[in-house]
Amino acid sequence: MSVVTNHSTTAVPVVKTLSVSVNGRWLAVPQTTAHPLTGQPVATTMIQACEIAGVTVPHYCYHAKLAVAGNCRMCLVEFGTPALGPDRKPILNPDGTPQIRKSPRPAIACATPVSPGMEIYTNTPAVEAMRRGVLEFLLLNHPLDCPICDQAGECKLQEYSVEYGQAASRSVDEKVHKPKQVDLGPRIVLDDERCILCSRCIRFTRDLAGDDALGIVQRGSHSTLTHYPGRPFDHNYTLNTVDICPVGALTSKDFRFQMRVWFLQETKSVCTSCATGCNLLIGSRENKIYRYVPRQNDRVNSCWMCDSGRLNYKWIGRSDRLTQCQVRDAQGQMQLRTWPEAIQEAAGRLKQAAPGSIAFIASARQTNEELFLIRHLARKLGAMADSAPRTGEGDAWLVNADKNPNRLGAAIMFGLDRSALPVTSDTAPAAVGSADMLVGPGVQLARSGQECPRSIMGAAAERIGAKLPKIAEGIGRGEIRTLVVLGEDATKHLGAALLGRLENLIISDILPNATTPRAHVLLPGCAHAEKRGSFTNAQGRVQKFLKAVEPPGQARPESEFLVELVRAVTGEQFPQTVEGLFNRMAKETVAFQGITWAGLGDLGQGIAVEVLKT
Amino acid sequence: MIVERKPLTLWERLYLPAIIGGFKVTVRHFFKRKVTMQYPEEKWVVPEGYRGAPYLVKDQAGRTKCVSCQLCEFVCPPKAIQITPPGPQPNPETGNVEKAPKEFEINMLRCIYCGYCQEVCPEEAIFLMRDYALIGSHRDELIFNQEKLLALGGTHQDTIQKWQHK
Repeated sequence: MSVVTNHSTTAVPVVKTLSVSVNGRWLAVPQTTAHPLTGQPVATTMIQACEIAGVTVPHYCYHAKLAVAGNCRMCLVEFGTPALGPDRKPILNPDGTPQIRKSPRPAIACATPVSPGMEIYTNTPAVEAMRRGVLEFLLLNHPLDCPICDQAGECKLQEYSVEYGQAASRSVDEKVHKPKQVDLGPRIVLDDERCILCSRCIRFTRDLAGDDALGIVQRGSHSTLTHYPGRPFDHNYTLNTVDICPVGALTSKDFRFQMRVWFLQETKSVCTSCATGCNLLIGSRENKIYRYVPRQNDRVNSCWMCDSGRLNYKWIGRSDRLTQCQVRDAQGQMQLRTWPEAIQEAAGRLKQAAPGSIAFIASARQTNEELFLIRHLARKLGAMADSAPRTGEGDAWLVNADKNPNRLGAAIMFGLDRSALPVTSDTAPAAVGSADMLVGPGVQLARSGQECPRSIMGAAAERIGAKLPKIAEGIGRGEIRTLVVLGEDATKHLGAALLGRLENLIISDILPNATTPRAHVLLPGCAHAEKRGSFTNAQGRVQKFLKAVEPPGQARPESEFLVELVRAVTGEQFPQTVEGLFNRMAKETVAFQGITWAGLGDLGQGIAVEVLKT
Repeated sequence: MIVERKPLTLWERLYLPAIIGGFKVTVRHFFKRKVTMQYPEEKWVVPEGYRGAPYLVKDQAGRTKCVSCQLCEFVCPPKAIQITPPGPQPNPETGNVEKAPKEFEINMLRCIYCGYCQEVCPEEAIFLMRDYALIGSHRDELIFNQEKLLALGGTHQDTIQKWQHK
């Protein structure tokens, strides 16, 4: 293995700025910004300058992550530029300031580049009249069925109508009727009457999802959004069009008529469906989860997430969840127990077990803190501990082939944390290329956040689960007689026959599986939406997630009862709060050093990622 | 603040004149029209515009006017209203009605007859009607479901029939 370095990225290019004024306030804006699709520098537009100035320009078709279309006309603003004399020099006022020549007609802020000395006006009477006019046109054929529209409450048409529109319609003609409740694909319903033809969905699916499936047919007021005939709109990113649709034209079938959005409590969380760890908001009400929507994190998922991850929440509310602590009595019957009793039972079994006869299998779906406690317990008991790999299909965008949300965290805890190596640098950006990734302080470190190619993740996925054959062998030989399983179906990895040989099988899980009926001690755990914690995603970003709903029955966050179990077995007291536990873990684990729970913020923090060539 | 207590006058201290004055009022009422009602047996006829218990109404075609927008649930100060939205599956029985509540419950024990639900309703589907005394022998009896609310609410003679032309 040799270390690859890349120093070209360390030279930060000097950003050229130019001075513009927004509503009379002068500010410096960069001359160019990166194009949302190609990343090439393109001229900064007026809407971006206004955003830097903190001035909201209402818009429908403009989206910071999509190509500019400039068709809704909502962002019309007035502007002026310095007047030039015959010598191409600015004409100066008597007081020495450049004379501003106001443009005779407005311009759309989303597609007009800024120029030096430009003055932008967003709140003049003319601009307000233009907004009112644009809204009147947009609402000309709008069905106004807000009471039955799922977008109501987060609809830009509603919001701007209140802010800039007028209360009554002046139109006396009958509205144009277009198709309603159109089945666009397996997950999307289209209401063409509500569509304002902004083409955000078309640009998203063409430019970002790579499936040019949508388009507008017909003319004028009869223009209709539709999908390519005979081909359903069914790729794995379709539901993002529902998010970016500024009105209620595209709605999710899954969320259709389920709950009004103003009831939903939004909790910052992270997707657990794969190792990408897309940031999301959980929408819940009265202990029920209704939807996931992506939360912007430009380091991870930008504004997007895949449909499969977004719809993977229903299992949390399943009725067959494990909700009771259970202990197998001398007759082999499972008996219900309280938490202190169950913890005592588990601790007693672990303490009585001979050193070296214990093994731990903790899922890489558990949080960093939980895995840290498991590692600590395993070290104290002299036991082997590992996670199980979980691979599936990935794609070239957000879906990672590694389906463990905390695979890297598990790798850090159970093997790859090479704590003995010295730290030499923690700021040099890592090189990426055809390389394998290891985690921990090594020769070459990177404060991550930079993109790592997905091929790397696939190669690193094999690293966890390497000890599972050894554990199986140990059970087969009768050396390992006590097994602690957290969140995994051990029959899949070890085989059902081997589990029968164990003297003690201590299990914590969320849903019943083939292993749970064999447990001697069964502890009900929590889904990520029911607890707080952190995951380390595939690119080495530690991201925290918060609690949205209460766990059912007796179920408790694993970190809570693991702290009790560690105390019952070893007498050591770990912090009982997630914050304290995380900070303790960060202190005692080299890969996480320098990171605090508070420092994670909403967008997470990169850990030192070592990139090594294989 | 100290309020000085005035000493009673002689007339007041006599006591009997006040008693006689009181009896005069009582005796006068013996010869007036009776205003007290024998309430449970005798019922009060409520005036027009009285705001009693809120009920749901149907349109002329017998469809629930409510579209389950849940604004009344949102605005209800004592949280008496609970609506179960229909979910994505279309109901084949309701024809061209795109959205209607799966269940609509008003807990009449909680309702304070404030009328916010009627005020906020964009579909004119809920009205405060004439019932002012709802009696039940069990708490569950006073949680009115959609069927009961519609039966009590009756039909609304509205010229706009939302689902007629959909």
